[in-house]
Amino acid sequence: MNIEESKDFLVSTASLKEVRVFSREVFEKLKLEQDLKDELVLAIAEAAQNIVKHGYKGVDSTTDRMQIKISMKDSELEIGFFDKGKAVVPGNVQHRKLDDIKPGGLGTFFIKQIMDAAVFKKDEKGWVNHLVLTKKIN
Amino acid sequence: MTYKVTEEGNVSTVFLNGEIDMDVTEKAKEVILPLVETGKEVHLNLKDVSYMDSSGISVLIESHQKALENNTKVIVKEVSKSVLKVIMMAKLEQILNLE
Repeated sequence: MNIEESKDFLVSTASLKEVRVFSREVFEKLKLEQDLKDELVLAIAEAAQNIVKHGYKGVDSTTDRMQIKISMKDSELEIGFFDKGKAVVPGNVQHRKLDDIKPGGLGTFFIKQIMDAAVFKKDEKGWVNHLVLTKKIN
Repeated sequence: MTYKVTEEGNVSTVFLNGEIDMDVTEKAKEVILPLVETGKEVHLNLKDVSYMDSSGISVLIESHQKALENNTKVIVKEVSKSVLKVIMMAKLEQILNLE
């Protein structure tokens, strides 16, 4: 089944629940198995959280919105994240070492564990950052 | 997220309920960390936690580390399947006290 759905959200921690609801609804339509759905929802929520936490670091509140686009074509799942926060330097996006036990730094690790690829692309539609997560769905 | 705290002897049990994400981690820490700082043993019952992300995992790590500082322990109990999966993904099942 091919699908393409997108939705925009206020950049806020309060939107993270909405992001999960949207993601679950799309994956429900794709009839993915529960464990896979849970993992994908986690990856999406972590990426959205990174926008709020890092892209808007030091910003108390904003009216900016972020957009999430989920598409599936020929068993290739692609999830796009668009935001107007601080420009991400891809080389600086790293997770902490797992044996360095401390709070924080796991979101990017989870994304990399769950998805096949996470790539920042040059956006041509006026957004500052465009992250693309992909995964082959068997 | 909602919660309930019970006290029995030297053990405080925090029953967390719902989804734990970045939006509620401060609230979770405000409930858990002061209990840990009293030096009591704290049990975190996650039976009714249906979702936890990296922010929630950070709360578990911070609680665990705060307990070590206070010569006590935090025991994570009745972890739901979905939360256990995230704990295992973070390779924390040997670090946190799980029961």
